[in-house]
Amino acid sequence: MANRREFIKIAGLGLGGLVMSNPAINAFTNTFLQDESSLLTGGMTRTPTYCEVCFWKCAGWVSQDKEGKIKQITGNQEDQHSNGRFCPRGTAGAGMYYDEDRLKTPLIRTEERGKQVFREASWDEALDYVADKMKSIGEKYGNECTALLTHGSGGKYFGNLIRAFGSDSIAAPSYAQCRGPREVAFHMTFGEGVQSPERTDIRDTRCLVLIGSHLGENMHNGQVQEMSDAIDKGASVITVDPRYSTAASKSKYWLPIKPSTDLALLLAWINVIISEGWYDRDYVEKYTYGFDYLKEHVKNMTPEWAYGITTLKPEIIRESAREMADSAPSVIVHPGRHVTWYGDDTQRERAIAILNALLGSWGRRGGFYVPESVDIPSWPHPPYPEPKKNWKDAYPGKYNLAYETIASGICDATIPSLSKACNFKTWIVNGTNLLKTLPDQQKTIDAINELELLVVVDTMPMEITGYADVVLPECTYLERYDTIRNSPHREPAIAVRMPAAKPKYDSKPAYWMAKELAKRLGLEEYFSWNNIEEMLDWQLKQVGSSLEEMKSKGVKTFKRSYPLYFLEGEDFEFYTNTGKIELYSTAMAQEGFDPLPVYTAHEEPPRGYYRLIYGRAPSHTFSRTSNNINLTDIMEENSVWVNPRVAKLWGLKNRQEVYLENQDGIVSKFPIKVRITERIRWDSVFMVHGFGHDNKKLSRAYGKGASDAELITKVHTDPVMGGTGMRGNFVKFRFEPAKNEKVS
Amino acid sequence: MREELIISGRMNPNIDPVLHIWHWQIPLYLFLGGLAAGVLFFAALYTILGRGKELKGAVQYAPFVAPVALVLGLFALFLDLKHQLYFWRLYTTIKLQSPMSWGAWTLLAITPLSFIWAALNIRIIFPNWDWRFRWLKDFEAFCRKHIIKISWVILVLSVILGIYTGILFSAFNARPLWNTSILGPLFLTSGLSTGAAVIILFSKSHKERLLFSRIDLVLIIVEIFFIVHMFMGFLASTQVQIDAASLFLGGPFTAQFWIFVVFLGLLLPAVLEALELAKFKIPAVIPATLVLFGGIMFRFIIANAGQVSRWLY
Amino acid sequence: MRYAMAVDTKKCVGCSDCVVACQAENNVPHGYAREWVVELVEGSYPNLEMELRSERCNHCDNAPCVRCCPTGASHIVEGGIVLVEHNKCIGCGACITSCPYDARYSHPEGYVDKCTFCEHLVKEGEDPACVAVCPTKCLYFGDLDDPRSEVSKVIKNRKYKTLIPEAGTDPQIFFLT
Ligand SMILES: Nc1nc2c(c(=O)[nH]1)N[C@H]1C(S)=C(S)[C@@H](COP(=O)(O)OP(=O)(O)OC[C@H]3O[C@@H](n4cnc5c(=O)[nH]c(N)nc54)[C@H](O)[C@@H]3O)O[C@H]1N2
Ligand SMILES: Nc1nc2c(c(=O)[nH]1)N[C@H]1C(S)=C(S)[C@@H](COP(=O)(O)OP(=O)(O)OC[C@H]3O[C@@H](n4cnc5c(=O)[nH]c(N)nc54)[C@H](O)[C@@H]3O)O[C@H]1N2
Ligand code: SF4
Ligand code: SF4
Ligand code: SF4
Ligand code: SF4
Ligand code: SF4
Ligand SMILES: [Mo]
Repeated sequence: MANRREFIKIAGLGLGGLVMSNPAINAFTNTFLQDESSLLTGGMTRTPTYCEVCFWKCAGWVSQDKEGKIKQITGNQEDQHSNGRFCPRGTAGAGMYYDEDRLKTPLIRTEERGKQVFREASWDEALDYVADKMKSIGEKYGNECTALLTHGSGGKYFGNLIRAFGSDSIAAPSYAQCRGPREVAFHMTFGEGVQSPERTDIRDTRCLVLIGSHLGENMHNGQVQEMSDAIDKGASVITVDPRYSTAASKSKYWLPIKPSTDLALLLAWINVIISEGWYDRDYVEKYTYGFDYLKEHVKNMTPEWAYGITTLKPEIIRESAREMADSAPSVIVHPGRHVTWYGDDTQRERAIAILNALLGSWGRRGGFYVPESVDIPSWPHPPYPEPKKNWKDAYPGKYNLAYETIASGICDATIPSLSKACNFKTWIVNGTNLLKTLPDQQKTIDAINELELLVVVDTMPMEITGYADVVLPECTYLERYDTIRNSPHREPAIAVRMPAAKPKYDSKPAYWMAKELAKRLGLEEYFSWNNIEEMLDWQLKQVGSSLEEMKSKGVKTFKRSYPLYFLEGEDFEFYTNTGKIELYSTAMAQEGFDPLPVYTAHEEPPRGYYRLIYGRAPSHTFSRTSNNINLTDIMEENSVWVNPRVAKLWGLKNRQEVYLENQDGIVSKFPIKVRITERIRWDSVFMVHGFGHDNKKLSRAYGKGASDAELITKVHTDPVMGGTGMRGNFVKFRFEPAKNEKVS
Repeated sequence: MREELIISGRMNPNIDPVLHIWHWQIPLYLFLGGLAAGVLFFAALYTILGRGKELKGAVQYAPFVAPVALVLGLFALFLDLKHQLYFWRLYTTIKLQSPMSWGAWTLLAITPLSFIWAALNIRIIFPNWDWRFRWLKDFEAFCRKHIIKISWVILVLSVILGIYTGILFSAFNARPLWNTSILGPLFLTSGLSTGAAVIILFSKSHKERLLFSRIDLVLIIVEIFFIVHMFMGFLASTQVQIDAASLFLGGPFTAQFWIFVVFLGLLLPAVLEALELAKFKIPAVIPATLVLFGGIMFRFIIANAGQVSRWLY
Repeated sequence: MRYAMAVDTKKCVGCSDCVVACQAENNVPHGYAREWVVELVEGSYPNLEMELRSERCNHCDNAPCVRCCPTGASHIVEGGIVLVEHNKCIGCGACITSCPYDARYSHPEGYVDKCTFCEHLVKEGEDPACVAVCPTKCLYFGDLDDPRSEVSKVIKNRKYKTLIPEAGTDPQIFFLT
């Protein structure tokens, strides 16, 4: 097949899929439908699940009426992630299952009359095709030239497959495009990451400091719930955001910072807290390393100094610092989650970590608790082969502090160059819409063009599927078993996902695909269970439960084995070089990075341009929900927020449609409606991420709103861990589409 | 800046972004109802006053329009209903607080009377008409005997009907534009005026025409007085009512209202009628048609603008 | 007994979960809604205030929609809940025009529909769907005549307002401010 692949729109395929599917392969699906869960509520059946609409993974129940129609999805009362209440996206989850635009059958790219098209294929055909290709590519270049890009539950199974095959290049966009810098910075400081769900004890805090994290719009359920509880209990909220976010509107202090200058504010706060002696002396003395270096380092970084940079008044900086100190140690300077902003993000997160350390909030009630999860053994399998190289070989000597694979790095490494030693030839992409997820779309496309095989596992005909050689339709989370959810929390707890319905069309779960591929690649011994129930039941029995029990409970909570907070005066060994909380990071110093965070100025918008800021809307998850009928009802498109001053300058009207053009001359494919609002600064515009789909097969999402991702062409890479800073892009308004762009 | 917006959930068809649940049917129904009320009012009035012989147009000819208008009006009302199979539910309760209810009942009473009135005059058109059944003949005789009593009933019902066409709107607090007690008398006056216009079209003598031109002129002046009063009331009231009035004072309904209703529907016919009274030769059709046109526009504009005027968002 | 609801605008984040849950619970057709969320922003950057409110029928004590209904389809049941009896409703639209809150809509099947306070759940002693789902627990529901009910307690302890009290409808949804 030609390496140059065209983008193909998946059109009208899969209607015949049901007829074509292989009955032998289908047989397994029926096993789980035999005895429906016995818990009856008003003629309704309920099946336990955990939500896959975002990665907070709330556990809940799927209720069905007598005809098996999914009526409702609600939270599980026992669950610490949801406390029995789902967020709007989770409540609307059935829209994913009912979506008539779903991928319906495996597809293989072929050439017909000189034109590339997809043809429908049976599972046998598609899987044989993939396995044969993987083998021949592996023989030619080595098995380690296979990469897995994944976001979502099925990734566990494909991960097992890829590792067994001989590669450990497994990347999730939730690292280098999301929380990577924070994890590295907290590791550098406390020897542990923040993890997901965040170990923030918001429920019991007295002061919550949000630096750009827009809880309330960022609808990570447990956190939003706890923020609300905290507000009820009189906690104060301090929000630092150039936009008047929902959280800002609930805050005692809103600091309308000039974008990209947060590090200066953080250093000024550190300065005040040290110079006023407001830090937790005992804690700092007992647990931390490098206080004197820090003190010396920040001595001139006064609020007055920060004022010139951040535009925040010195009094406000002092007052808010006082507020934190008064609440300490029940204070949380929230590390945020999507933190890949300006390229110095690890350093900014380090400042946040340091501030928390000074306030003594790490390991304290109302600060950061010590989470615990359950020890669940994996199904036994032979050891994985040792890959000869991996993505890191593309960056000799770099990113040594990154503990996970960086998805953008896989792209980089796929594009051949003399300096990059590892060229990927096969990608398996599971549950991540790379075109909307990675910055610099062109680079992603260039990398894809270098591949010899791109397998996309998805539920919907999202943009990425158009570039695939093989599309494998996964059934939705409501139609499948998955790995046991075992996330760290206040109490160790597990949750299960069970199919509430038979997979629609000819879709299959990831675990089944991975196992079938393993069979074809001669790797059965890595998937030696007969069926998923057997495997899950075995795992559950190891921790004293069973599939039977979990079916009726959904969630099982266990006793903690160590305390939730540090004990008074407890000696504690942190997993850092010094065994202490490192205010001064020895590991960073070793790698040649500033051991103490230093403020550097970032590029500002050129004249006539505005900084492109993006974020979440509470009712959507990235690009994955924009075709969900239950949610398009709530919000069907995004808008671009414009300050009234800017609107006046450009003569913009509310709801007027404009195109956006960035500093590199890239114009949004679709127009976007203007929202004139005081909630945004005059030097920036804001839009919700995930809209502007350009695949017509997404009948509700196509052409609705514009995509921030296509406008993020300039990337500020974090030298510490390779995070892709995405907020250094600037846009202006345009009243007509790009010249040679036909919007069809 | 104050920004208040519905961020999610509500884009209910015909409710959002502005209410438009009543389309052409309701204003047409109200126009026809008002017109029928006007015609019947004058027919009954002059019968009671004993001037039936001399005002043939008003008492004998024009009332033929009434049953037609009422039936068409009722049909328009029926078309407006979105759950039509349940139409009969209107007549399973009497709800005095609901203008819609007593309007429906008033119509139920006045429509047969309008048919009876027409029937009594049918020989004007078909001189050889004869009732085929004995009991019909008896009934006709009975009616003729009690014509004054019937006239009184019609007089009262037509006033109720006329006022009702305005109250239907003004009972709605929810729409600031409609929320004025002047709307009842105003619509009654307008109904009488359109009724007079119909009579002018049917009038059989110059004298009759002049009488009704004079009546119409007075009604128009009263209407203008009410309209001025209405605006003064709005402007002296709360912000929402000021906003409502501004729909006509610079807002989207300004041109239609001032040109179609006030100028073409009121001022111009008033001037023409005045000229006629001053012995100029004016074809009677012109002012009468203008009044009818103005009457129908008035109801359409009030219905639409009222739905646009609101309290929130 | 007097059912009422309180909406804590200090906690509501405008996520619309209540709207989604209501649609699922009450089979509200796509493109229609019994409840909605309002955002009110006042001031100018950076001196701003914002209020988020989840709104629905106010189950008014003095309900014009009930008064103006010609058939009695709109009626009030136990606890002051304002309901529409579908097969008494002729779809005349009078109640829709009479509601200052635009809380009613014309169901595609012809009758008029609106928030029922989830009467079918409340009868069973459960919370309305929107109340049960709200992640910030900013909706309170209960009996105002019972001083121990959630809603009585918050009304007693907090400042509140109702929407357009000047319309004289005596609304029974209270917005805690
Ligand atoms: N509803 C919903 N919730 C979600 C998700 C979703 O898709 N939908 N995704 C989840 C995931 S994976 C993540 S990572 C999180 C992300 O959510 P968060 O970590 O909370 O937020 P960010 O995307 O980092 O930040 C967005 C906010 O940063 C502000 N901002 C922009 N520039 C600056 C700046 O220079 N300084 C400061 N201080 N603020 C700035 C923006 O105005 C906006 O309010 O959300 C999670 N929650
Ligand atoms: N421009 C821009 N880029 C961003 C961000 C941003 O705010 N702006 N946010 C960043 C952050 S914080 C993150 S975490 C990442 C998230 O990035 P992604 O996880 O890639 O986000 P989505 O766009 O939701 O893509 C998810 C894909 O999974 C598919 N999917 C949904 N359910 C299933 C399933 O059950 N099985 C399978 N196989 N597929 C499924 C969807 O159809 C969709 O194609 O994006 C990052 N990139
Ligand atoms: S936060 Fe919402 S979308 Fe995410 S897992 Fe929980 S319910 Fe699902
Ligand atoms: S669910 Fe709760 S927080 Fe969300 S919009 Fe509704 S009332 Fe507000
Ligand atoms: S809010 Fe509207 S629909 Fe509800 S009771 Fe009040 S007037 Fe009637
Ligand atoms: S539409 Fe139905 S409920 Fe409303 S007023 Fe008319 S009959 Fe009553
Ligand atoms: S009470 Fe029930 S019907 Fe009313 S808005 Fe809430 S969920 Fe909808
Ligand atoms: Mo993320």
